[in-house]
Amino acid sequence: MHTRALIRFAIALSVASFVTAAWAAPADDYNAAIAKAEAAIKRAHALKNEWTTTAAALKAAKAAADAGKFDDAVAHAQQAEALANGSIAQAKEQEKLWPEAVIR
Amino acid sequence: MLRKVLLALTIVAGAAQPLLADNAVDPQADFKAFRKYFTERFPKVPLNQFVNGPYSMDEGLRKQWQAKEEFPPYDFALDKGKEMSSTPFKNGKSYADCFPNKGIGVRQMYPQFDEKSGEVITLDVAINQCRQANGEVPLDYLKDDMAALTAYMAFTSRGKPMDIKIPNDPRALAAYKKGEENFYTRRGQFNMSCASCHVQNPGNHIRTEVLAPALGLMNALPIYRSEWGGMGTTSRRLTTCNSQIRGVPLPAEAEEYRDVEYFLSYMANGLPISGPGARP
Repeated sequence: MHTRALIRFAIALSVASFVTAAWAAPADDYNAAIAKAEAAIKRAHALKNEWTTTAAALKAAKAAADAGKFDDAVAHAQQAEALANGSIAQAKEQEKLWPEAVIR
Repeated sequence: MLRKVLLALTIVAGAAQPLLADNAVDPQADFKAFRKYFTERFPKVPLNQFVNGPYSMDEGLRKQWQAKEEFPPYDFALDKGKEMSSTPFKNGKSYADCFPNKGIGVRQMYPQFDEKSGEVITLDVAINQCRQANGEVPLDYLKDDMAALTAYMAFTSRGKPMDIKIPNDPRALAAYKKGEENFYTRRGQFNMSCASCHVQNPGNHIRTEVLAPALGLMNALPIYRSEWGGMGTTSRRLTTCNSQIRGVPLPAEAEEYRDVEYFLSYMANGLPISGPGARP
Protein backbone atom coordinates (compact mmCIF):
# COMPACT_ATOMS: atom_id res chain seq x y z
CA MET A 1 0.00 0.00 0.00
CA HIS A 2 2.80 2.31 0.97
CA THR A 3 4.65 1.47 -2.25
CA ARG A 4 1.57 2.21 -4.38
CA ALA A 5 1.16 5.62 -2.83
CA LEU A 6 4.77 6.38 -3.53
CA ILE A 7 4.40 5.33 -7.18
CA ARG A 8 1.29 7.51 -7.56
CA PHE A 9 3.11 10.44 -6.03
CA ALA A 10 6.09 9.94 -8.36
CA ILE A 11 3.83 9.81 -11.44
CA ALA A 12 1.97 12.94 -10.34
CA LEU A 13 5.26 14.70 -9.71
CA SER A 14 6.69 13.79 -13.13
CA VAL A 15 3.51 14.92 -14.90
CA ALA A 16 3.61 18.21 -13.01
CA SER A 17 7.30 18.66 -13.86
CA PHE A 18 6.61 18.01 -17.53
CA VAL A 19 3.79 20.57 -17.62
CA THR A 20 5.93 23.18 -15.82
CA ALA A 21 8.89 22.55 -18.11
CA ALA A 22 6.69 22.79 -21.20
CA TRP A 23 5.48 26.20 -20.02
CA ALA A 24 8.89 27.41 -18.84
CA ALA A 25 10.84 26.50 -21.96
CA PRO A 26 9.37 29.20 -24.25
CA ALA A 27 9.63 31.80 -21.47
CA ASP A 28 13.27 30.86 -20.96
CA ASP A 29 13.90 31.09 -24.69
CA TYR A 30 12.29 34.53 -24.69
CA ASN A 31 14.32 35.71 -21.71
CA ALA A 32 17.53 34.59 -23.39
CA ALA A 33 16.57 36.23 -26.68
CA ILE A 34 15.55 39.53 -25.08
CA ALA A 35 18.75 39.61 -23.02
CA LYS A 36 20.83 39.21 -26.18
CA ALA A 37 18.79 41.89 -27.98
CA GLU A 38 19.12 44.34 -25.10
CA ALA A 39 22.87 43.76 -24.89
CA ALA A 40 23.25 44.50 -28.60
CA ILE A 41 21.06 47.61 -28.29
CA LYS A 42 23.24 48.82 -25.42
CA ARG A 43 26.33 48.48 -27.65
CA ALA A 44 24.59 50.36 -30.50
CA HIS A 45 23.56 53.10 -28.06
CA ALA A 46 27.17 53.47 -26.91
CA LEU A 47 28.13 54.03 -30.55
CA LYS A 48 25.30 56.61 -30.89
CA ASN A 49 23.96 54.69 -33.83
CA GLU A 50 20.60 53.09 -33.13
CA TRP A 51 17.93 52.39 -35.71
CA THR A 52 14.29 53.24 -35.08
CA THR A 53 13.25 49.79 -36.28
CA THR A 54 15.28 48.14 -33.53
CA ALA A 55 13.23 49.82 -30.83
CA ALA A 56 10.03 48.87 -32.67
CA ALA A 57 11.05 45.19 -32.82
CA LEU A 58 11.98 45.20 -29.12
CA LYS A 59 8.62 46.73 -28.23
CA ALA A 60 6.81 44.10 -30.32
CA ALA A 61 8.77 41.34 -28.56
CA LYS A 62 7.75 42.59 -25.12
CA ALA A 63 4.12 42.98 -26.19
CA ALA A 64 4.04 39.44 -27.55
CA ALA A 65 5.59 38.08 -24.35
CA ASP A 66 3.02 39.94 -22.25
CA ALA A 67 0.32 38.26 -24.33
CA GLY A 68 1.90 34.85 -23.72
CA LYS A 69 2.86 34.44 -27.39
CA PHE A 70 6.42 33.35 -26.71
CA ASP A 71 7.24 32.08 -30.19
CA ASP A 72 6.37 35.49 -31.65
CA ALA A 73 8.20 37.23 -28.81
CA VAL A 74 11.38 35.25 -29.49
CA ALA A 75 11.15 36.03 -33.22
CA HIS A 76 10.75 39.77 -32.55
CA ALA A 77 13.59 39.76 -30.01
CA GLN A 78 15.87 38.02 -32.49
CA GLN A 79 14.90 40.60 -35.11
CA ALA A 80 15.73 43.41 -32.67
CA GLU A 81 19.12 41.82 -31.98
CA ALA A 82 19.84 41.47 -35.71
CA LEU A 83 18.90 45.11 -36.35
CA ALA A 84 21.03 46.33 -33.46
CA ASN A 85 23.95 44.27 -34.76
CA GLY A 86 23.38 45.80 -38.20
CA SER A 87 23.66 49.32 -36.80
CA ILE A 88 26.82 48.35 -34.88
CA ALA A 89 28.39 46.96 -38.06
CA GLN A 90 27.37 50.12 -39.93
CA ALA A 91 28.98 52.38 -37.33
CA LYS A 92 32.23 50.42 -37.37
CA GLU A 93 32.31 50.28 -41.16
CA GLN A 94 31.59 53.99 -41.51
CA GLU A 95 34.47 54.90 -39.19
CA LYS A 96 36.72 53.76 -42.05
CA LEU A 97 34.56 54.51 -45.09
CA TRP A 98 33.30 58.07 -44.53
CA PRO A 99 36.43 59.80 -45.91
CA GLU A 100 35.77 58.17 -49.29
CA ALA A 101 32.63 60.29 -49.68
CA VAL A 102 34.34 63.62 -48.99
CA ILE A 103 34.42 66.15 -51.83
CA ARG A 104 38.07 66.65 -52.79
CA MET B 1 73.17 47.63 -40.98
CA LEU B 2 72.69 51.35 -40.50
CA ARG B 3 71.92 51.69 -44.20
CA LYS B 4 69.18 49.03 -43.91
CA VAL B 5 67.65 50.77 -40.92
CA LEU B 6 67.64 54.11 -42.73
CA LEU B 7 66.10 52.49 -45.81
CA ALA B 8 63.38 50.90 -43.68
CA LEU B 9 62.64 54.22 -41.96
CA THR B 10 62.44 55.98 -45.32
CA ILE B 11 59.97 53.41 -46.63
CA VAL B 12 57.83 53.64 -43.47
CA ALA B 13 57.88 57.45 -43.58
CA GLY B 14 56.96 57.42 -47.27
CA ALA B 15 54.07 55.06 -46.68
CA ALA B 16 52.82 57.14 -43.77
CA GLN B 17 52.80 60.37 -45.78
CA PRO B 18 49.48 59.83 -47.62
CA LEU B 19 47.84 58.77 -44.37
CA LEU B 20 49.00 61.94 -42.64
CA ALA B 21 47.82 64.00 -45.59
CA ASP B 22 44.38 62.35 -45.53
CA ASN B 23 43.92 63.01 -41.82
CA ALA B 24 45.14 66.60 -41.98
CA VAL B 25 42.53 69.24 -41.18
CA ASP B 26 42.46 71.91 -43.85
CA PRO B 27 39.15 73.79 -43.77
CA GLN B 28 40.26 76.19 -46.49
CA ALA B 29 41.07 73.35 -48.91
CA ASP B 30 37.72 71.70 -48.09
CA PHE B 31 35.99 75.02 -48.69
CA LYS B 32 37.53 75.40 -52.16
CA ALA B 33 36.72 71.81 -53.17
CA PHE B 34 33.15 72.13 -51.84
CA ARG B 35 32.54 75.37 -53.69
CA LYS B 36 34.06 73.99 -56.92
CA TYR B 37 31.92 70.86 -56.77
CA PHE B 38 28.62 72.71 -56.54
CA THR B 39 29.38 75.51 -58.95
CA GLU B 40 30.64 73.08 -61.57
CA ARG B 41 27.72 70.72 -61.08
CA PHE B 42 25.18 73.56 -61.34
CA PRO B 43 26.87 76.11 -63.61
CA LYS B 44 23.61 77.95 -64.32
CA VAL B 45 22.84 78.60 -60.65
CA PRO B 46 24.21 81.97 -59.48
CA LEU B 47 26.40 81.42 -56.40
CA ASN B 48 24.21 83.50 -54.08
CA GLN B 49 21.12 81.53 -55.10
CA PHE B 50 22.31 78.26 -53.54
CA VAL B 51 21.03 79.58 -50.20
CA ASN B 52 17.49 79.18 -51.51
CA GLY B 53 17.78 75.40 -51.55
CA PRO B 54 15.36 73.59 -53.82
CA TYR B 55 14.27 76.87 -55.42
CA SER B 56 17.74 77.25 -56.88
CA MET B 57 17.39 73.83 -58.48
CA ASP B 58 13.87 73.85 -59.91
CA GLU B 59 12.33 76.71 -61.92
CA GLY B 60 8.71 75.69 -61.26
CA LEU B 61 9.24 75.51 -57.53
CA ARG B 62 11.07 78.82 -57.65
CA LYS B 63 8.06 80.58 -59.18
CA GLN B 64 5.72 79.13 -56.59
CA TRP B 65 8.05 80.26 -53.83
CA GLN B 66 8.37 83.79 -55.22
CA ALA B 67 4.57 84.07 -55.25
CA LYS B 68 4.39 82.74 -51.70
CA GLU B 69 7.03 85.22 -50.49
CA GLU B 70 4.53 88.05 -51.05
CA PHE B 71 2.69 86.78 -47.98
CA PRO B 72 5.32 84.55 -46.37
CA PRO B 73 4.09 81.83 -44.03
CA TYR B 74 6.81 82.68 -41.46
CA ASP B 75 5.47 86.21 -40.91
CA PHE B 76 3.68 85.30 -37.70
CA ALA B 77 6.93 83.83 -36.35
CA LEU B 78 8.76 87.09 -37.12
CA ASP B 79 6.19 89.04 -35.13
CA LYS B 80 6.50 86.67 -32.21
CA GLY B 81 10.30 86.69 -32.40
CA LYS B 82 10.41 90.46 -32.44
CA GLU B 83 8.17 90.62 -29.41
CA MET B 84 10.31 88.04 -27.56
CA SER B 85 13.44 89.96 -28.48
CA SER B 86 12.13 93.23 -27.06
CA THR B 87 10.54 91.80 -23.92
CA PRO B 88 12.85 92.15 -20.90
CA PHE B 89 13.65 89.20 -18.66
CA LYS B 90 12.43 89.26 -15.06
CA ASN B 91 15.74 90.83 -14.01
CA GLY B 92 15.21 93.72 -16.41
CA LYS B 93 17.89 92.63 -18.87
CA SER B 94 17.19 91.22 -22.32
CA TYR B 95 18.72 89.34 -25.23
CA ALA B 96 20.25 92.63 -26.35
CA ASP B 97 22.60 92.41 -23.35
CA CYS B 98 23.99 89.05 -24.46
CA PHE B 99 24.70 89.59 -28.14
CA PRO B 100 26.83 92.01 -30.14
CA ASN B 101 24.84 94.80 -31.79
CA LYS B 102 21.98 93.93 -29.42
CA GLY B 103 21.35 90.73 -31.38
CA ILE B 104 20.37 92.51 -34.57
CA GLY B 105 22.07 91.30 -37.75
CA VAL B 106 24.31 88.73 -36.07
CA ARG B 107 23.01 85.42 -37.43
CA GLN B 108 25.93 85.11 -39.88
CA MET B 109 28.40 84.86 -36.99
CA TYR B 110 26.99 81.58 -35.67
CA PRO B 111 28.03 78.90 -34.89
CA GLN B 112 31.09 80.10 -33.02
CA PHE B 113 33.89 78.20 -31.35
CA ASP B 114 33.97 79.03 -27.65
CA GLU B 115 37.52 78.96 -26.34
CA LYS B 116 36.40 78.73 -22.73
CA SER B 117 34.31 75.58 -23.07
CA GLY B 118 36.19 74.24 -26.09
CA GLU B 119 32.88 73.63 -27.83
CA VAL B 120 30.89 74.92 -30.76
CA ILE B 121 28.11 77.30 -29.75
CA THR B 122 25.21 77.67 -32.16
CA LEU B 123 22.87 80.65 -32.15
CA ASP B 124 20.19 78.54 -30.46
CA VAL B 125 22.59 77.48 -27.70
CA ALA B 126 23.78 81.08 -27.27
CA ILE B 127 20.14 82.15 -26.82
CA ASN B 128 19.63 79.59 -24.06
CA GLN B 129 22.94 80.52 -22.41
CA CYS B 130 21.69 84.10 -22.36
CA ARG B 131 18.39 83.06 -20.81
CA GLN B 132 20.03 80.91 -18.14
CA ALA B 133 22.57 83.61 -17.29
CA ASN B 134 19.60 85.87 -16.61
CA GLY B 135 17.64 83.40 -14.52
CA GLU B 136 15.25 82.31 -17.26
CA VAL B 137 14.23 78.79 -18.21
CA PRO B 138 15.90 77.64 -21.45
CA LEU B 139 13.71 77.30 -24.51
CA ASP B 140 13.01 73.91 -26.08
CA TYR B 141 15.35 73.56 -29.06
CA LEU B 142 12.62 71.88 -31.10
CA LYS B 143 9.69 74.17 -30.44
CA ASP B 144 8.09 77.31 -31.79
CA ASP B 145 9.52 79.89 -29.38
CA MET B 146 13.10 79.07 -30.34
CA ALA B 147 12.10 78.99 -34.02
CA ALA B 148 10.40 82.39 -33.73
CA LEU B 149 13.33 84.08 -32.00
CA THR B 150 15.95 82.65 -34.37
CA ALA B 151 13.70 83.49 -37.33
CA TYR B 152 13.61 87.13 -36.25
CA MET B 153 17.37 87.21 -35.69
CA ALA B 154 17.95 85.63 -39.12
CA PHE B 155 15.54 88.08 -40.73
CA THR B 156 17.50 91.03 -39.32
CA SER B 157 20.64 89.46 -40.82
CA ARG B 158 19.33 88.82 -44.33
CA GLY B 159 21.87 89.48 -47.02
CA LYS B 160 24.81 89.49 -44.65
CA PRO B 161 27.50 87.03 -45.75
CA MET B 162 28.03 83.97 -43.57
CA ASP B 163 31.15 84.63 -41.54
CA ILE B 164 32.25 81.55 -39.60
CA LYS B 165 35.64 81.56 -37.97
CA ILE B 166 37.72 78.49 -37.22
CA PRO B 167 40.48 79.65 -34.90
CA ASN B 168 43.87 77.99 -34.99
CA ASP B 169 43.01 75.96 -31.93
CA PRO B 170 43.28 72.16 -32.11
CA ARG B 171 39.92 71.84 -30.37
CA ALA B 172 38.21 74.05 -32.97
CA LEU B 173 39.84 72.12 -35.80
CA ALA B 174 38.80 68.84 -34.17
CA ALA B 175 35.20 70.07 -33.89
CA TYR B 176 35.24 71.08 -37.55
CA LYS B 177 36.66 67.66 -38.52
CA LYS B 178 34.05 65.84 -36.44
CA GLY B 179 31.38 67.93 -38.16
CA GLU B 180 32.72 66.89 -41.52
CA GLU B 181 32.82 63.25 -40.41
CA ASN B 182 29.24 63.37 -39.13
CA PHE B 183 28.08 65.01 -42.36
CA TYR B 184 29.54 62.24 -44.51
CA THR B 185 28.81 59.28 -42.19
CA ARG B 186 25.96 57.00 -43.20
CA ARG B 187 23.40 56.29 -40.50
CA GLY B 188 20.00 54.70 -40.02
CA GLN B 189 18.54 51.55 -41.52
CA PHE B 190 18.41 53.30 -44.90
CA ASN B 191 22.21 53.68 -44.69
CA MET B 192 22.20 57.33 -45.74
CA SER B 193 24.32 60.30 -44.75
CA CYS B 194 23.58 64.03 -45.00
CA ALA B 195 25.76 63.93 -48.11
CA SER B 196 23.69 61.15 -49.71
CA CYS B 197 20.90 63.68 -50.26
CA HIS B 198 22.61 67.06 -50.23
CA VAL B 199 25.88 66.31 -52.05
CA GLN B 200 25.12 63.31 -54.24
CA ASN B 201 21.51 64.15 -55.11
CA PRO B 202 20.67 67.88 -54.92
CA GLY B 203 18.11 68.80 -57.54
CA ASN B 204 16.81 65.22 -57.68
CA HIS B 205 13.44 64.23 -56.29
CA ILE B 206 12.94 62.20 -53.15
CA ARG B 207 9.27 61.32 -53.44
CA THR B 208 7.68 64.70 -54.25
CA GLU B 209 10.44 66.88 -52.81
CA VAL B 210 13.40 68.44 -54.58
CA LEU B 211 16.57 67.94 -52.55
CA ALA B 212 18.49 71.07 -51.59
CA PRO B 213 22.24 71.42 -52.17
CA ALA B 214 24.48 71.27 -49.10
CA LEU B 215 26.03 74.56 -50.14
CA GLY B 216 24.09 77.29 -48.33
CA LEU B 217 21.85 74.84 -46.50
CA MET B 218 22.28 76.53 -43.12
CA ASN B 219 21.78 80.06 -44.47
CA ALA B 220 18.01 79.57 -44.76
CA LEU B 221 17.38 78.24 -41.27
CA PRO B 222 15.11 78.30 -39.39
CA ILE B 223 12.43 77.37 -41.88
CA TYR B 224 8.69 77.23 -42.26
CA ARG B 225 7.73 73.87 -43.70
CA SER B 226 4.34 73.26 -45.25
CA GLU B 227 4.86 69.56 -44.45
CA TRP B 228 5.15 70.44 -40.76
CA GLY B 229 2.47 73.11 -40.90
CA GLY B 230 4.76 75.41 -38.95
CA MET B 231 8.24 76.62 -38.16
CA GLY B 232 11.18 74.39 -37.51
CA THR B 233 14.48 75.12 -35.82
CA THR B 234 17.84 73.82 -37.03
CA SER B 235 17.53 71.08 -34.41
CA ARG B 236 14.14 70.06 -35.73
CA ARG B 237 15.57 69.86 -39.23
CA LEU B 238 18.56 67.74 -38.22
CA THR B 239 16.71 65.35 -35.91
CA THR B 240 13.96 64.86 -38.48
CA CYS B 241 16.57 64.04 -41.13
CA ASN B 242 17.88 61.31 -38.86
CA SER B 243 14.49 59.79 -38.11
CA GLN B 244 13.54 59.90 -41.81
CA ILE B 245 16.41 57.55 -42.57
CA ARG B 246 15.30 55.32 -39.68
CA GLY B 247 18.05 56.44 -37.35
CA VAL B 248 17.33 57.32 -33.71
CA PRO B 249 18.06 61.06 -33.48
CA LEU B 250 20.55 62.32 -30.93
CA PRO B 251 19.36 64.90 -28.39
CA ALA B 252 18.74 68.35 -29.92
CA GLU B 253 21.93 70.43 -30.03
CA ALA B 254 24.05 67.37 -29.25
CA GLU B 255 27.73 68.00 -29.89
CA GLU B 256 27.51 65.98 -33.12
CA TYR B 257 24.78 68.25 -34.54
CA ARG B 258 26.57 71.43 -33.47
CA ASP B 259 29.74 70.23 -35.17
CA VAL B 260 27.83 69.45 -38.39
CA GLU B 261 26.37 72.95 -38.31
CA TYR B 262 29.88 74.37 -37.79
CA PHE B 263 31.25 72.46 -40.79
CA LEU B 264 28.32 73.27 -43.11
CA SER B 265 28.19 76.92 -42.11
CA TYR B 266 31.90 77.31 -42.77
CA MET B 267 31.37 75.80 -46.22
CA ALA B 268 28.78 78.57 -46.81
CA ASN B 269 31.08 81.42 -45.81
CA GLY B 270 30.48 84.46 -47.99
CA LEU B 271 26.97 83.39 -49.03
CA PRO B 272 24.11 85.58 -47.80
CA ILE B 273 21.81 84.73 -44.92
CA SER B 274 18.37 84.03 -46.42
CA GLY B 275 16.49 82.81 -43.35
CA PRO B 276 13.89 82.33 -42.31
CA GLY B 277 13.17 80.11 -45.26
CA ALA B 278 9.92 78.59 -46.47
CA ARG B 279 9.95 75.07 -47.85
CA PRO B 280 7.27 72.68 -49.15
